[in-house]
Amino acid sequence: MSINKEKDFGTPASPATTMVNLEIDGFKVTVPAGTSIMRAASSIGIDIPKLCATDSIEPFGSCRLCLVQIEGGRGMPASCTTPVAEGQKVITQNPRLAEVRRGVMELYISDHPLDCLTCSANGDCELQDMAGAVGLREVRYNPVETHLNAVKDTSNPYFTFDPSKCIVCSRCVRACEETQGTFALTIDGRGFDSKVSPSQNQPFMESECVSCGACVQACPTATLMEKSVIDNGQPEHAIVTTCAYCGVGCSFRAEMKGEQVIRMVPHKDGKANHGHSCVKGRFAFGYATHKDRITKPMIRASIKDAWQEVTWEEAINHAASELKRIQAKYGKDSIGGITSSRCTNEETYLVQKLIRAGFGNNNVDTCARVCHSPTGYGLKQTFGESSGTQNFDSVMKADVIMVIGANPTDGHPVFGSQMKKRLRQGAKLIVVDPREIDLVKTPHVQAQHHLKLRPSTNVALINALAHVVVTENLTDDAFANERCDVASYNKWKAFIADPRHAPEAAESITGVPAAEIRAAARLYASANNGAIYYGLGVTEHSQGSTTVIGIANLAMATGNLGRDGVGVNPLRGQNNVQGSCDMGSFPHEFPGYRHVSDTETHELFTSAWNAKLSLEPGLRIPNMFDSAMDKSFLGLYVEGEDIAQSDPDIQHVHAALRAMECVIVQDLFLNETAKFAHVFLPGASFLEKDGTFTNAERRISPVRKVMRPLAGYQDWEVTQLLSNAMGYPMDYQHPSEIMDEIASLTPTFTGVSYKKIDELGSIQWPCNDEAPEGTPIMHEHEFMRDNGKGLFMLTDYVATHERITQMFPLILTTGRILSQYNVGVQTRRTENVAWHSEDRLEIHPHDAEDRGINNDDWVGIKSRAGETVLRALVSGRVQPGVVYTTFHFPESGANVITTDNSDWATNCPEYKVTAVQVTKVSQPSKWQESYQNFSETQLDLLAQGMSHG
Amino acid sequence: MTMKTDRLIKMTNDISDFFNAEPDKEIAAEGVKSHIMRVWEPRMRLAIIAYSQESGEGLSELAKVAVARLK
Repeated sequence: MSINKEKDFGTPASPATTMVNLEIDGFKVTVPAGTSIMRAASSIGIDIPKLCATDSIEPFGSCRLCLVQIEGGRGMPASCTTPVAEGQKVITQNPRLAEVRRGVMELYISDHPLDCLTCSANGDCELQDMAGAVGLREVRYNPVETHLNAVKDTSNPYFTFDPSKCIVCSRCVRACEETQGTFALTIDGRGFDSKVSPSQNQPFMESECVSCGACVQACPTATLMEKSVIDNGQPEHAIVTTCAYCGVGCSFRAEMKGEQVIRMVPHKDGKANHGHSCVKGRFAFGYATHKDRITKPMIRASIKDAWQEVTWEEAINHAASELKRIQAKYGKDSIGGITSSRCTNEETYLVQKLIRAGFGNNNVDTCARVCHSPTGYGLKQTFGESSGTQNFDSVMKADVIMVIGANPTDGHPVFGSQMKKRLRQGAKLIVVDPREIDLVKTPHVQAQHHLKLRPSTNVALINALAHVVVTENLTDDAFANERCDVASYNKWKAFIADPRHAPEAAESITGVPAAEIRAAARLYASANNGAIYYGLGVTEHSQGSTTVIGIANLAMATGNLGRDGVGVNPLRGQNNVQGSCDMGSFPHEFPGYRHVSDTETHELFTSAWNAKLSLEPGLRIPNMFDSAMDKSFLGLYVEGEDIAQSDPDIQHVHAALRAMECVIVQDLFLNETAKFAHVFLPGASFLEKDGTFTNAERRISPVRKVMRPLAGYQDWEVTQLLSNAMGYPMDYQHPSEIMDEIASLTPTFTGVSYKKIDELGSIQWPCNDEAPEGTPIMHEHEFMRDNGKGLFMLTDYVATHERITQMFPLILTTGRILSQYNVGVQTRRTENVAWHSEDRLEIHPHDAEDRGINNDDWVGIKSRAGETVLRALVSGRVQPGVVYTTFHFPESGANVITTDNSDWATNCPEYKVTAVQVTKVSQPSKWQESYQNFSETQLDLLAQGMSHG
Repeated sequence: MTMKTDRLIKMTNDISDFFNAEPDKEIAAEGVKSHIMRVWEPRMRLAIIAYSQESGEGLSELAKVAVARLK
């Protein structure tokens, strides 16, 4: 292994298809038109000296180091900004060029510290490399004034900014603009005074910087440097793997020193992220080796007892005997399990296999139940497949982008940056959201329409948009009649044309002016390419599935499917939500979304798994809780989920967990669920295992072990041990064998193998004989339904059960923030708390004033389900009548107040709509006091066990 | 009525509310029935059938028709 640095071609690749022939230093080269001379040279191994150029950003031509001469041309043009031309003859090296370059380097070095031997960039410094490349041997200048004493900014927890080492090449400024799209950096001053300035000459932490790392990545010197490199030195080898945070699924190089991760560097060849990253994936990996990691198995008889550390064999045997005891006493269906969207496909597949084949029932579910299960249902019904239709790159061809109930710059930041890039190029934007997300107005981006609807009224709004499309003849009838079920299309058109769906009728429901809805509908329908992106603001409603169906109807009616630049794109929350669903985590579906009662599929799995399988659907997560309360479900195996924090109506969840006789938690930490557990099986982080993740664009990417599992086993091995102890034999030697089994049993995966993933880097399913290298865009020729036709469905608006009243006059909605991830188990154990150390309640100034609430006041939030207390953040981002909070900290108790209302089709909780009252208070809620006592007791029981272990 | 039955009634009515958009109530009732058959665990189906046979109070008209067709 070696560090094997990624090649930098100096300027981005040209997308042109016409080719140009030229000669560089006597060598013939053929490249796409528009390619720079620098890149053309680099492509044949001729590296022209450079400092201000790097291939992730557009050329700038400021450093004057990359000068070349062109036969018949005048002067010495910069090779980074000069495109190739047919028949051109370029000279990259001669005495004159060498003299100029040495002169340039001499000036740079005259104002640069000569501390190379002790510099953190030693071994990875382009300035040092260039000094060597041009043969700089002396610096004749002795400047009176320099920047050598400029003060270092160490405010960011992950990197430092040392202006004394800055050569003002602007790579960081351009990366912040072009790659990230935040525009937090600028060059302040002129001439000698020129310097990189975060915002208004502020420290990085006080500026608009979002800590994505693009500037650090672009910096050619030690000016912007990871603190981990400063502390530990340069890495010595690198392994390509996939991020374990959001559903973008960024590819990273884990740069290592032995088994220590020195830094995570976004991989340029990553097809989901193209070398970009966010603050979580780039920097927040320290949780993997946090002191809170539990690395020894533990058991206890009751949650009132201290934990007892035991051997793996004892823990597994105890877990299996308890599960068997419960089944013997209460019946086969009295136990089940929950798979994880944070674990690999192979691990998820194994857990559901254990439950179906080893437990003998279908009581398996996954956290997609509480996020994107309506996507699975709605898109399966209409398009025939439970997945988004496009690849991420498709957004670069979109002309009109509609973002519904999603906040890409916070929830899916790397894709958010790509979307912003397209918007800066001129694509139009429609935002459908109760709250003013960043995309509504951000540097060089402004939404044409922000449809600021009331929470819970998505269906009324989508129907109104569709009504305009149909009644104003903006439909693409040719597409709908050829590609869709015509009878359903005609029926839907008649349904949606009814005046009850008109914008004028919807205005009183949604609060959005009818004229605004009409204008937005016209914009979307008249686009050459209209693309819809949506998130949990669509799915986490009592009509989540109906909205997904409505979105699918709208896209089919306007012909915005089956090609680049269009589509219906669910932005998945967790890294492997798509994969965990694909792998058969739902209680009614085998891998590949085939129903458990389907005879052919049932026979296939019965034969392959050599087990008697149930033909009946199993319990969903909320059904498991209900069944625990009536004593018919008493044993649960939870791999990598934290249902005691993430699920709604949390007091009911806690009561259900207390009612169970054996809760087995497999996780990195003693999370909230583990505080109710009887067996703890230590899990492995993504850095400690092999496998694959599948992102929101159906991309199966490699996860590779970069260090040994701290507890000795990868998660798939633990499941295998449990299965064997339960009496259902498993004997996999490597996760690649599990993937081979998945491929043999799943039609959309038949062409997938580790060998092919290694060859291609990643694969988008379906991958089979018809699409041997995968499918970036789905439904190009026909939909995936049995008859190949898209299905329109009727979507009436039905008001939620959750009503505002005098007692509960405000609607609480929830969301995420950039620096934290879901329940925060990982990110709370990193320096990311510097950005977000507590959940706050956003409240509109009018509502705050009515209640005498000021910024930072403690406020009680009371719903029909419960009460909690947070600090107030008075903000105009929310509309009057709506309050908003995040749920990254367990003590916040956001789910104490959410209700048991759920999506009609999938039971996805209605997190986004809770009627509440907010009042100024002076102490925590009773629940919070009780939680704190319980949590402290559990941590004490853990400490007792560990000290006696 | 247990909390679980209460929840099953609510779930059945919510499913029925979606299929109520269908003007042909025969198709709507089959839609509700088929959805429950596909995704409800047998214990839940048996519970709602028993409740419907016992009183059915709180179930919507379409829900009652659909539950009567469950097995």
